[in-house]
Amino acid sequence: MDALALHREGNDWRLDLKGDWSLDRLPQIDRELDALSGPIEGSVVCDWSRAEHPGLGPVWALLTRLAELGAAQLDIRHEGNPPSSVQLLKKLQLEICTSQGKRTIAVPAREGAIGKLGRFTVQQGTEARGVLAFFGRIASVLGGSFARPRMLRLPSLARHIRETGVAAVPIASLIAFLISVVVAYLGAQQLTRFGASIFVVDLVTIAVLRELGVLLTAVIVAGRSGSAFAAEIGVMQLNQEIDALRAMGFNPIELLVVPRVLALIVALPCLTVIADAMGLAGGGLLCLIDLHIPLAQFTLRLREALSPTTFWAGLVKAPVFGLLIGMVGAYRGMQVRESARELGRLTTIAVVQSIFLVILADALFAVLFEKLDF
Amino acid sequence: MVEESARPIIRVQGLVNRFGRQVVHNELSLEVRPQEILGIVGGSGTGKTVLLRTILGLHRPQAGKIEVYGRDIQRLTPPERLAMDKSFGVTFQTGALISSLTVAENIQLPLREAYEISEDTLDDLVQLNLSLVGLAPDDAEKYPAQLSGGMIKRAALARALSLEPKLLFLDEPTSGLDPISASDFDALLLYLHDQLKLTVVMITHDLDSLFRTCNRVGVIVDGGMVSDTLAGILRNTNPWIHEYFHGPRAHGAEEAAQEEEAQRG
Repeated sequence: MDALALHREGNDWRLDLKGDWSLDRLPQIDRELDALSGPIEGSVVCDWSRAEHPGLGPVWALLTRLAELGAAQLDIRHEGNPPSSVQLLKKLQLEICTSQGKRTIAVPAREGAIGKLGRFTVQQGTEARGVLAFFGRIASVLGGSFARPRMLRLPSLARHIRETGVAAVPIASLIAFLISVVVAYLGAQQLTRFGASIFVVDLVTIAVLRELGVLLTAVIVAGRSGSAFAAEIGVMQLNQEIDALRAMGFNPIELLVVPRVLALIVALPCLTVIADAMGLAGGGLLCLIDLHIPLAQFTLRLREALSPTTFWAGLVKAPVFGLLIGMVGAYRGMQVRESARELGRLTTIAVVQSIFLVILADALFAVLFEKLDF
Repeated sequence: MVEESARPIIRVQGLVNRFGRQVVHNELSLEVRPQEILGIVGGSGTGKTVLLRTILGLHRPQAGKIEVYGRDIQRLTPPERLAMDKSFGVTFQTGALISSLTVAENIQLPLREAYEISEDTLDDLVQLNLSLVGLAPDDAEKYPAQLSGGMIKRAALARALSLEPKLLFLDEPTSGLDPISASDFDALLLYLHDQLKLTVVMITHDLDSLFRTCNRVGVIVDGGMVSDTLAGILRNTNPWIHEYFHGPRAHGAEEAAQEEEAQRG
């Protein structure tokens, strides 16, 4: 059934409203109102006698559409037990009309390529300064802690070491084990063709100790703890908890950021040692099963393959990676403002950026070690 | 009127809510009658918000029966549940606007989900709901973080009204508002109640607001509910209720309410 019918009566118009006029029927009413074609001049009489349950929304849509069709001159009358809301809605409509007269809409100016480049440069500049200032604040807390060891917040540090380090042992071990098995397997396939299968030991041990152990662990920790730092601090930021801490005279950097960053600087080397051990175990196991190299021969070959610095070349990178991951996570968390979407966006950025920085730093280390012949 | 009050919109019977060993509600019963404004008060931690969440079906009670429009809300099929939810309007203590959407998008959210309506009409409905709660058309494009506390409460009310509910639940709608905004909110609520024939259940600690807007008051004491007309509650002899309504902070509010009553005739 149609919800409305418009017809002419002499010079005037008559609008019959029929059936259910509640919000549930708004989609149909909306379509029929759209189909009305103007202009309607003079006066229009809305007959409500056959309409049921008129809701605010549909009546509002009708009034708005009539105003569009007939401009200001149209004289609208309501007959046949019109809904009580008509008066209310007419008043609101009038208010909106008057307020819209005063309203100016600011259209943002389109910016060209140069404008975008400029904005980008300024953004990067402020961001770089922000990161530097953040690093400075962390450093100043660490410096101050020599004079006042209490600033280090040992209980909090211990909790974070447990959460970021001890809790990550199973996953870090498992991944290191599996990846070194895969590397050893691939190496074995290639090297046995030259009858050099014993060199699989060299391949696995050097790869695991120098690169894979520390790099994989750092990536796992970035995914686990970098995101957790950003999210925890971000939610505290949204709840004004950080403002509250500041107002109570705490330094949020000292209370929240330093324990987390320090925890990673401590936990990541420990995890790396464990990952290295598991990686070697994985390599040894594959050598035993696939290449039938007994464990005694594996360890013997291992000692020959490794120079004294190989292990340290991997391990020395771990605290640096920990610092990077911790700082990026905490920094992005501190940047969260206003909305839940910001929290998600910045947490994502924290993880992606910390993994990127870890790999970049790893590359720089590789160049450095090459020059130093380490 | 007698006939109407015989059939309550909400009937809660023998409600029990426990968290661990802490008993919040013990055999609590409550009736909400059509087109009344019921104020729910109680000390901190007496489970006002828990009661609201239980009626809304957001929290499952340990025991008790909750009927809304004569239907037991714990025995609804999912489609019935959805229809029931659509007939409620709810505002939460902190507004609970979706922070990543603008005010307009927040108001459109339930409408979009329920109906296929053109964008133009959705925009019109946003304007309607904004002007109903006294927000300016320009506020539609703002994000919740750009709004003041009072505006958040109004925007939340606009969203609650967007599906044209007959039943409105308000959790501390005037808390954190300055007296002028709170008083405006009361006036708005009375106006909407009068114009839209709403039934309102309102949790509040604001005695001014309570005296001005509520027809009936329910007080949660000792895990149960004492509900009566405002005059009846004021005469109640329970020590806590007496303290609440006759304490040092209550007199001003009561006098103001009586004055206003007298002015209205």
